[in-house]
Amino acid sequence: MSARNYAYTLNRREIVKQLLKGRDDMPVVTGLSSAAYDSVAARGADHPLNFNLHGALGGAAMVGLGLALAQPEKRVMVLMGDGDVLCGLGSLATYAISGANNLSLAIFDNGIYGETGNQLTATSQCVELGEIAAACGMPVARTVDSEDQVDAAVNDLLNAQGPVVINFKVSPKHPGHLAKTRDGVWMKLRFRNAFLGQP
Amino acid sequence: MVSEAESAAAGSWSRDVYQALKDQGIKVVGFVPDGGMKEVIDLCLADKDMKTIPLTNESEGPSLLAGCWLGGAKGCLIMQSTGVGNVINNASMSEVCQFPFLALVSWRSSWAEGNRWQVPMGQRCRDYFKMAGFQVMSVDSADEAGASVAAAAEEAFNTLNGVGVFFSQRVMGVKRFLR
Repeated sequence: MSARNYAYTLNRREIVKQLLKGRDDMPVVTGLSSAAYDSVAARGADHPLNFNLHGALGGAAMVGLGLALAQPEKRVMVLMGDGDVLCGLGSLATYAISGANNLSLAIFDNGIYGETGNQLTATSQCVELGEIAAACGMPVARTVDSEDQVDAAVNDLLNAQGPVVINFKVSPKHPGHLAKTRDGVWMKLRFRNAFLGQP
Repeated sequence: MVSEAESAAAGSWSRDVYQALKDQGIKVVGFVPDGGMKEVIDLCLADKDMKTIPLTNESEGPSLLAGCWLGGAKGCLIMQSTGVGNVINNASMSEVCQFPFLALVSWRSSWAEGNRWQVPMGQRCRDYFKMAGFQVMSVDSADEAGASVAAAAEEAFNTLNGVGVFFSQRVMGVKRFLR
């Protein structure tokens, strides 16, 4: 296999754990599959402020934007894979003009569609999502591909004036599935009760 | 080079629609524009209490409005009938999670359409919208516009369903193409 993603080494689960540690009051929206399981690995399957999509590929980015516009005082964290972001690539342009300075998107770019047979995505060839986000005019946007860059990236995702987009080059090794609900109505009610009930 | 000109001046119906959105507490407006909705969009853009943003694709609409609802805010999508096809996949989230989805649709090919490329979606958009699990309403006269939007919003946010309000070109004015 000559695709460049086989050189990616970052551990997505460890990055998400670092990002969400001690941030139980931060709303998190994830895209499909691995990004959703990463949030479960970090916070548990019953965390009320996880909203995981299990369909609508590409849609998580805009769920995050809607949430950020509705609650401009609270940091909103979106976790997505590269295939998910590619499906809604235009949303990076929408982010850039949105003025949502409380919005952060962490992309876990493993270069493959990991749930469907490891077909290569466009990012495994030549497409750089961090550079696309930067070219859109995002206040903070870059690609992170080594351990020594992770702390600063996590700090920006949590604290910088956004929208912030960090594209992490992560190992294509599948980190495994975790049990969680796919009941959308339940997740929505759980989220709203916890989030809107906050002081 | 084909130049286009708007013929019919939109009347007070645009202000009625904007006022209905305000009265219903709409805070976020996403749009992919059509000329027929120009005045409604301009009123929303000028309103500092509303966040009104252009979307790159109508598919962003259902997700954006779902996020608004998670955050306790109401939003709406303004688009033309050609955009209905683009929303359908993401509309599955609205149905599965019972998110409200309010869409104001400028209904091309509803009256004296002048662009053949608008006809396929114009003729089928309401059927597609219904197949996506949503409800449809029509506005055929200007004096119904405000009340129709208010009724659609009441239904969308109380029944947690998708409701599209399709505005006939008899209301918005017919787009004239210079030949």
